[in-house]
Amino acid sequence: MPPTLFGLVLIVFAISHIVPSDPARVMAGENAPPEQVAALRHQYGLDLPLPWQFAHYVQDVATGNMGTSLFTQRPVAEDLVERLPATFELALCAITLAIVIGVPLGVVAALSRNSLLDHVVRIVTISGLAMAAFWLAILLQLVFSMWLGLTPVQGRIDGWGPDPITGFYTLDALLRGDWQTFGEALRYLALPVATLALPAMATIVRFTRAGVLNVMSSNFVFYQMAMGIPRRRVVWKYILRSALIGTLTQIGLIFGTLIANAVVVEAVFDWPGLGSFAVHSILQSDYNAIMGFTLFVGAVFILVNLTVDVAQAVLDPRAQ
Amino acid sequence: MNTLRRLIRDRAALLGLIIIALLILAAVFAYPLSTFPQDVTNYDPPHRLLPPDGTYWFGTDRMGGDIYSRLLFGARLTILIAVVATSAAVLIGVPVGLVAGYYTNRVSDLLMRVSDIFLAVPQIVLAIAIAQTLGPAIQNVILALSVTYWPFWARLVYAETRSVKNEVFIEAAIALGASPLRVMVLHVLPSIASSVIVRTTIGMGGTILVAAALGFLGLGPPPPTPEWGRMIAESREFLPQAWWYAAAPGAAILLVVMGFNLLGDGLRDVLDPRLRRDVSAR
Repeated sequence: MPPTLFGLVLIVFAISHIVPSDPARVMAGENAPPEQVAALRHQYGLDLPLPWQFAHYVQDVATGNMGTSLFTQRPVAEDLVERLPATFELALCAITLAIVIGVPLGVVAALSRNSLLDHVVRIVTISGLAMAAFWLAILLQLVFSMWLGLTPVQGRIDGWGPDPITGFYTLDALLRGDWQTFGEALRYLALPVATLALPAMATIVRFTRAGVLNVMSSNFVFYQMAMGIPRRRVVWKYILRSALIGTLTQIGLIFGTLIANAVVVEAVFDWPGLGSFAVHSILQSDYNAIMGFTLFVGAVFILVNLTVDVAQAVLDPRAQ
Repeated sequence: MNTLRRLIRDRAALLGLIIIALLILAAVFAYPLSTFPQDVTNYDPPHRLLPPDGTYWFGTDRMGGDIYSRLLFGARLTILIAVVATSAAVLIGVPVGLVAGYYTNRVSDLLMRVSDIFLAVPQIVLAIAIAQTLGPAIQNVILALSVTYWPFWARLVYAETRSVKNEVFIEAAIALGASPLRVMVLHVLPSIASSVIVRTTIGMGGTILVAAALGFLGLGPPPPTPEWGRMIAESREFLPQAWWYAAAPGAAILLVVMGFNLLGDGLRDVLDPRLRRDVSAR
């Protein structure tokens, strides 16, 4: 993990230095005298040779200093950490929904192969994977919030959320027994979660279906059924287990798509998470924030993949 | 053309093929097919935000431009971005993967390490960083997409080369004195070609989605270029009234990406039955 992370820092540093701009001049302003610009440049170490600047950057990042947001004037790291729970809650709910609906659906579709249900499922999954996430978000917003008025248009909650324990509005509301806030939090979660869950569910359904079909035609299942073990038991015991392991393998891939989609989905629903932070930073040309976001998401992503690899090794001895 | 015949028999793949053919036709014949070709650059404020009717088939946008015509010209952009970005990624990534897979030395390790770094982050995150730095323009979008996509190909070809390397026919070629280059190009490459072709097709769809997302975020070609993603972003402030403004470009994206996905799936089933699975990983 560290070499990959270091490589990522290198790439981010390289990207932010592609365009020969002068941050000192930007900071000093248009009308600043050259001496002031030079002084600023010296103060921030911008007159040092690039390798030195990179060394300082690595040191900064290692201690959690990702610069100051040009827009919010706060340390980027602070902004990111503050917004992490919102995105995390969204992602967790979306993945849970996708698995809870997707795995059974995939199993059923495989067992009733080429039936009407199977065909409908295939159409839905193919469409789900071909839709632009931000478009789906806008459509859902249009239909359910604007036309039907069932869900709020934007935001995470009306007013203030529950006093934070975990940072998850749903969990915190539950822990405090605040049913009304819990319900409200769910209402606000509904559309963003649905938008993120659909492509994830589509992928899960496809992999599960394929995995079940694979297992169903395998030797040991055939043997079990030939031995007279009822089909139902064979299905639920072996096929489901391999389906779930298959899902775990895909979590890394699904999580990547989820994060990628979260950027635009949060923008559409004005969800105060990492994604909308990135979008606002883009609009403000807040380079520090964007680079910090890239590094942060990269680190989180690497961590998640590592966890999945470990979990996979633990759960499936074959994968070793 | 047995392969083609088998492909056509798969109705889903056939649908995909038809959709892509329509896309190409729309792009090539945008001028004669469109009703208001001048609306790609002209503004017509008196006719802004009109709902779909006999004159403006998909309605008009905030500048009064006919959305149907702008969509047709947008198809050109879509194809350009998808083809150039994917081709560049393939042309860089495949050789890198071949070399890294064939040899087992420090260079091979280094190449894969570099690929892993790029693959450690979702493509769009890095693409945003690059596109933001370079500024909103079509060539920057293509650059950002290519730079973030080639590692995927490198890794794919690396894995396939590694597994093919142990096959007898490769051993035989080497034993007969074939140079590494010859083995890589004339023996390894053809056996992994079908995998590359299938993923390229599906990859075009994915590239279109990422490009549209960049456009949506304002990092793509600026107005008045009829880029589909940016058109959707523009429509937001006019919802819920001007629903057609958001629906049309999005439906176009959905249709085109679905076409590539269906075709790719069909190609997979036809070209390499060994890969026959209902999965679609980019």
